[in-house]
Amino acid sequence: MAADSIRLLDLVGDFVTGQVDSKATDVANGCVADFRLSLTSSESQTRGRGVQLLSQVLEECYTSLSEREVEVLVAFYENRLKDHYAITPHVLHGLKALAKCTVLPKGSAVSILKSLFQDVHVQSHGLANEFDCIPNHAELKGLGPDFVFGFVQAVDGERDPRNLLLAFQIARNIIHRGYNLSQFTEELFEVTSCYFPIDFTPVCRILTSFPSFLLPLIIEKLDSDMQNAKVDSLQTLAACASVYGHKELSDFLPSLWSSIRREVFQTASESVESAGLSALRALTSCLCRSVLTSNSEDSLHVFLDLVLKDCQHHLCEPDLKLVWPSAKLLQAASGASYRASLIVTAVVLPTLLEQYSSRTQCAQRRTLLEVVQGFIQPTASSWPAEGEETVLQPFRKSLCSVVFSALAESNASLQITAAKVLTKLGQQPGVLAQPDVEMAVDHLSRLVLEEHDAKVSLAVAECAGSLSRLHPAPFASRMIPKLKQEIFSGSSKPNVSYRCIMALASVSTQPSLVRESAPVLLQMLAAAHTGMSCCRIFSVEEVVSVCCSLQRIADQTPNTEEMGHFFHDVVIPRLLTLSLHAALQGENESGHSSPLIEEAVLSAIVPVINTACAALQTELATTMAAQAVYLFLDGDVSFLPENDCPSKIQLLRSQSWTQSQLVCLLMACVCSLPHSVDIPEFDRLLGQLEELSCTSTHPFSYTSAAKCFAGLINKRAAGQTLDGVLEKTLRRISVTLDNQSSAQRIQAFNLLVWMTKALLLRYHPLSAVLTDKVFSLMSDCLLASQAADCFELLMSDSPDVLNRSCHADVRIMYRQRFFAENSGKIVQGFNCAEQGKKSVYLKALSHIVNNLPRQVQLTELPSLLPVLLEALSCPDQVVQLSTLCCLQPALLDPPPALSTQLEALFSRLLPLTASPSMKVRIASLRCVHALSQLPEHMVLPFRAQVLRALASPLDDKKRLVRKEAVLARGEWWVFGNTLTATTM
Amino acid sequence: MSGGARLENANPLIFQRTGERLLTASEEDEDVADPIDDREIFDILLTPNYSYDPEHPLSLEELNVVEQVRVKVNDEESTVSVEFTPTIPHCSMATLIGLSVKVKLLRSLPARFKIDVHITPGTHVSEDAVNKQLADKERVAAALENSQLLEVVNQCLSTRPA
Repeated sequence: MAADSIRLLDLVGDFVTGQVDSKATDVANGCVADFRLSLTSSESQTRGRGVQLLSQVLEECYTSLSEREVEVLVAFYENRLKDHYAITPHVLHGLKALAKCTVLPKGSAVSILKSLFQDVHVQSHGLANEFDCIPNHAELKGLGPDFVFGFVQAVDGERDPRNLLLAFQIARNIIHRGYNLSQFTEELFEVTSCYFPIDFTPVCRILTSFPSFLLPLIIEKLDSDMQNAKVDSLQTLAACASVYGHKELSDFLPSLWSSIRREVFQTASESVESAGLSALRALTSCLCRSVLTSNSEDSLHVFLDLVLKDCQHHLCEPDLKLVWPSAKLLQAASGASYRASLIVTAVVLPTLLEQYSSRTQCAQRRTLLEVVQGFIQPTASSWPAEGEETVLQPFRKSLCSVVFSALAESNASLQITAAKVLTKLGQQPGVLAQPDVEMAVDHLSRLVLEEHDAKVSLAVAECAGSLSRLHPAPFASRMIPKLKQEIFSGSSKPNVSYRCIMALASVSTQPSLVRESAPVLLQMLAAAHTGMSCCRIFSVEEVVSVCCSLQRIADQTPNTEEMGHFFHDVVIPRLLTLSLHAALQGENESGHSSPLIEEAVLSAIVPVINTACAALQTELATTMAAQAVYLFLDGDVSFLPENDCPSKIQLLRSQSWTQSQLVCLLMACVCSLPHSVDIPEFDRLLGQLEELSCTSTHPFSYTSAAKCFAGLINKRAAGQTLDGVLEKTLRRISVTLDNQSSAQRIQAFNLLVWMTKALLLRYHPLSAVLTDKVFSLMSDCLLASQAADCFELLMSDSPDVLNRSCHADVRIMYRQRFFAENSGKIVQGFNCAEQGKKSVYLKALSHIVNNLPRQVQLTELPSLLPVLLEALSCPDQVVQLSTLCCLQPALLDPPPALSTQLEALFSRLLPLTASPSMKVRIASLRCVHALSQLPEHMVLPFRAQVLRALASPLDDKKRLVRKEAVLARGEWWVFGNTLTATTM
Repeated sequence: MSGGARLENANPLIFQRTGERLLTASEEDEDVADPIDDREIFDILLTPNYSYDPEHPLSLEELNVVEQVRVKVNDEESTVSVEFTPTIPHCSMATLIGLSVKVKLLRSLPARFKIDVHITPGTHVSEDAVNKQLADKERVAAALENSQLLEVVNQCLSTRPA
């Protein structure tokens, strides 16, 4: 053996170092000859090693073998198959290499396989590569049934899943390449189907090739008790129905249908139900594709008659459970194709409509209408093709009258369903005629004015919005005037006028409608400002809701140049004029003071202008910027309507808060414009804003000024000019902050925070300096708590400035970057701080972590967990609450690090369920609830402790807390019941 | 539920659901105490399998097994009484439903409550026998020692998908 090895090494060495490839064949042939000794040794182990070596050599050099050499080797290997079983693996290995030869002599493949089938007992070898040996040569086709038989024998009883997968692959090739199966068809099916429905998708793909065997199998499997078997069978059925034609299915249709129907009728599982419905849809669309012959009956009709016969009568019993599964089955069949939907709706809709008129109870009518709703929405495959009219054509009149009568009922859920049906009807072109739409608009207007139920109002608003898109004219001519009349009638109650205001926004989906609705809302604002209209005085809440509606309109109108002009020329100047007038009047007017000086109202006007300005095209945006800047710097009111203001007003330098707070409108105008727009008088503007934000004593004024400052510097091109301005402002802020007795420290801090945010978002190098400044204030005795809270502002999106919809310069992942750069500083600050001041750092950290994206939170949690646990025992309720809110989602998908901290977590969490703050109690109970979903072995040790601790929140004085406690305790009872049958 | 076997009542009458309880301002006020009321008990009973899907699966309310008018609670005296109505007079699940209701209440209410669960008079053939079983503390405890039965009850109570 040792001598052999040396010679082997020589030969292999020759081969490896030999420059010529052809030498490999010599080596190979040489091997067989030279190793006669080892290959013919009486020791099976020695023979085995010899064959192993030879196979490895062949693996390397099979490309360079000649036909003659291959023939010799094949003969040798076939012979070796009869040898000791321990050698077989190596023989197979070699055969595999030979099978890859391009010069495999004619007949060799057949003979290899014959020997394989004859001599190898597949089951006795757990070999992954057995099936690899079976080459896929066209020649094998000639072997025909013998090959199939051999294959079936080889697969039968195979247990190794890897081999099975390979076998399924080969089986698929056998079928797809058209091998002659003849009498072994059934055997091949049997040997594969016994693996169905184990989760081997390949099986399903093979099985579809045997309709006559598969369909009975499916029916049989559907009768079984296993949920998975049912779902798999139904899915397989759906898959093969897309391949089969009518011929394969016809014999089995009645039994397939009765199985599907039974499953859908009886099941409590949604997956079985939806699988059943898709199987039915697939069967139906298969029948729709089948070609009609003149002498046979229409198979689709026959099948649908069957379905209709079994389901239709259930539709007449709207009280009983089966009305729903029946409706779903019919809808699935009808959704298969246009032709199917024609047949089904022709039968079903008249029945349903007749039932509707014969039933008088609202609950029954609602059920019927909900069923109707499912039938009138065509699916992608049943949508009428061009030139075909909608299947609803014959029922248009009766459908409309049913919907209108339902809208006229007093039952809320019936009205809601009717509104939904109306929406669907309106979305299909050609269903609603002009008079129908007008009638619908009248009904909707009446509901807006008269219906008090919030859910109905919502459904009505949605329906009106959807209809107005396709049919704007009747809304402009009928609904808007009616609403306007109601608003200004003077007698309307506040909640009616709220609904009118909302409805005006809902229907403003087209430019023609915006031109009608927006002036009504502006007129309301004017009336509220003067307080002199013919009607009652509008409340602040109403004025705010008018602004919300204007904002919705600005948001939902198509971004066209026409609409841009409308907002630029009409809406924004009008809003500015009204606010300016109110501000100039001031608060000392006797009796009535305008609601437009209220902070709530101005804050509601800001988003209107924001949204409108963000959508302006460059040219209009440039004019807008100039107009706004000169209005605020120089009091230029020439672009405003009714410009009867005194000249020389200086809003930014005004001592009156009613005037200085208008800076929020300046922010709305200039901070949301596109990047490309150049702001005139930039430096002068920044100077005045800085002055206002540092010196004003009115919080809304100085905060808005700081925001406006931030919004402007965020978009300004980087460079020395910008840096100069920033450094000057920063010096001023630092001086004020360093002077502990200054009265303007709050203002300076506020400007600092907004400036930090503006620069942080655009990764400006100065932002690091500013952030450090904020950090240093966390140890300040007066500003510490504000400094901690400002991280919430820094990390979250502001609604009115510095966000993406304002075209601000916001880099992606700035939060992650901020967290990565600064979390260490906070943890360090926490560790160094004295006991009483630690909570400030915890608060800052919880603000930052809470605003991180969930994925980042999860990856960071392990390192933060100790600090967060510390935060739970911090007495500050705000810290507790924000930590709990941050923990709860993480607990639903817990990191591995948590398992070692559970003890500490429970010991801190459970006492919080008795916290004085209701929100903390609720949040901690939610965390306890989430923990019940962890793997049983982790939480079982805590079960008794948790159940005991949750007993007292069950008797909490607040219902909302009790509700969470019941949910959490229920879950903690349920798991692990088989292990411990604890008594109550 | 066996696919081949017929259900006892495959096409039951279904009833409309009450909507979700509306949140009132006083419930959000920290200082006001909210007493445990009938509706709260009713909501506890409906929490498992409670579904806003109009079709599936049916809750006890939709089958009219539990109605709010048949739930009585007295917070001060710490008593709860629930009457339930089997869908058909010979329903074999009556004891199991009663047991589930009772266990649910035992787990969800403070220990001070005395809980009485019984069948609505005149709606079941073996009404007395079932009521007796449900009232017998030791029999309820014994039933829950039976781990198979406990598992079925827990399944009825769990909000997790089975």
